[in-house]
Amino acid sequence: MYNASDLKKGLKIEIDGEPYIVTDFEFSKPGKGQALYRTKLKNMLTGNAFDKTFRSNDKFQKAPLEERSAQFLYSQGGDYFFMDNKRFDQITMTAEQLAENTNFLIDNMEVEMLFFGEQAIGVTLPSSVTLTVTNADPWVKGDTSGTDSKPVTVETGYVLQAPPFIEEGDRIQVDTRTGSYITRVKE
Amino acid sequence: MKYTCTSPVLYKRARIIQCIRDFFIERDYLEVETPLCQPNCLPESHLKAARSGDWFLQPSPEQSMKSLLAAGFPRLFQICKCFRSGERGRLHLFEFTMLEWYREGIDYRELMTECEELLKFLACSLKEEISPSWRCRTERPWPRITVDDLFKRYSPLTATEAVRQNVFEQILVERIESHLGFSRPVFVYDYPAALGSLARLKPENKSRAERFELYINGIELANGFSELADSNEQRQRFEKERRLLEKRGENPGPMPEHFLAALDSMPQAAGIALGIDRLIMLCCGLSTIDEAVTLVPDNP
Repeated sequence: MYNASDLKKGLKIEIDGEPYIVTDFEFSKPGKGQALYRTKLKNMLTGNAFDKTFRSNDKFQKAPLEERSAQFLYSQGGDYFFMDNKRFDQITMTAEQLAENTNFLIDNMEVEMLFFGEQAIGVTLPSSVTLTVTNADPWVKGDTSGTDSKPVTVETGYVLQAPPFIEEGDRIQVDTRTGSYITRVKE
Repeated sequence: MKYTCTSPVLYKRARIIQCIRDFFIERDYLEVETPLCQPNCLPESHLKAARSGDWFLQPSPEQSMKSLLAAGFPRLFQICKCFRSGERGRLHLFEFTMLEWYREGIDYRELMTECEELLKFLACSLKEEISPSWRCRTERPWPRITVDDLFKRYSPLTATEAVRQNVFEQILVERIESHLGFSRPVFVYDYPAALGSLARLKPENKSRAERFELYINGIELANGFSELADSNEQRQRFEKERRLLEKRGENPGPMPEHFLAALDSMPQAAGIALGIDRLIMLCCGLSTIDEAVTLVPDNP
């Protein structure tokens, strides 16, 4: 159980059966009056954000969130299938829930999966992932056009900017938080 | 300890405080020091005093200052540390510096004038290197507006109704404060009686207390009132506050009999508390109170 005085940026709480994360927080206390805790909250299921003011005697539940490790199995028609590494049961998430993470998911990838009760609501990927380039314009040696990057497509269909020397079939490391190119992997 | 303030701010802070002393000493005020650590606090439900062993750290020097007024000192000021449990934010520190002054024979309206004079004196005395936002606004008197008029202008509820529904502070914070004191500093006055447990009520309207707040740039800088000098009425209000505290499961402490006894010999007076750290913020253009103080403990 949390009190209003526990509120701070990043705290995850449950309101009306749904998990929320505090994205902004300010303490105020008008003279001779009661303390108020002004927050911006984001619903962790829908992504909807709104403002809410709490008072010092307000109490709320900690959101029952748990991270468990899981393995990505495969995707089919917009659904993504994972396996819980401990319980060995299969979990399905939609492309919409995974958002930009779908750009980096490859078979057998180990991820941290966030559960709200029994419901999977998000995944955290390793901070970088190695992907195979499936499409890239050939590098013309001696190109003097001065460009220092070009678009390349990787196995997940994601397109990013990479240095001109990257070619089809190369393996490259990509930062999953920013989506940007890190380095070429020599194997 | 975290050093959150820059060296220029620290020098300015010292100069501003010196300037405040000059103002009061010139006006025959006596500077006093009173105990920070006390065996009990006045029962005020909106404050949570911090414990120090079996005693308390003062949430404000009000109790001591009024005892001195009653003892026959007509003009008093003090710059001291105050402590409030559970208060921490952009404008709040657990331990902060307060200026309080009390003056015999005046009421809250005259005190508003003196408060304005102090801030205008600072603006004129502190030359170029310090620029209070009100520097260019020292010519005409600052506007004064009643709480009732403010609620009429900005709130869907009247002030009376807001108090009844227990949303007065919420409306003030969410809808009103962001309009206060930006073009010029503004005095907000005549608060609902429930929000002035130590203030005198208006003789012609007992539902309003002779209390005011000064707002500059949306920040509440000072709070003053005509002091209630009737021990019977004060006792009744303390009883109400103590019941509130008990209902919340907090220890209300004993009835402050010494304070009540002193009230009967206290002359008619008005007193005010002004947050020094917030004043430094406004003078130096800082956005958080942390930047206005020398050191902030890491884990208050």
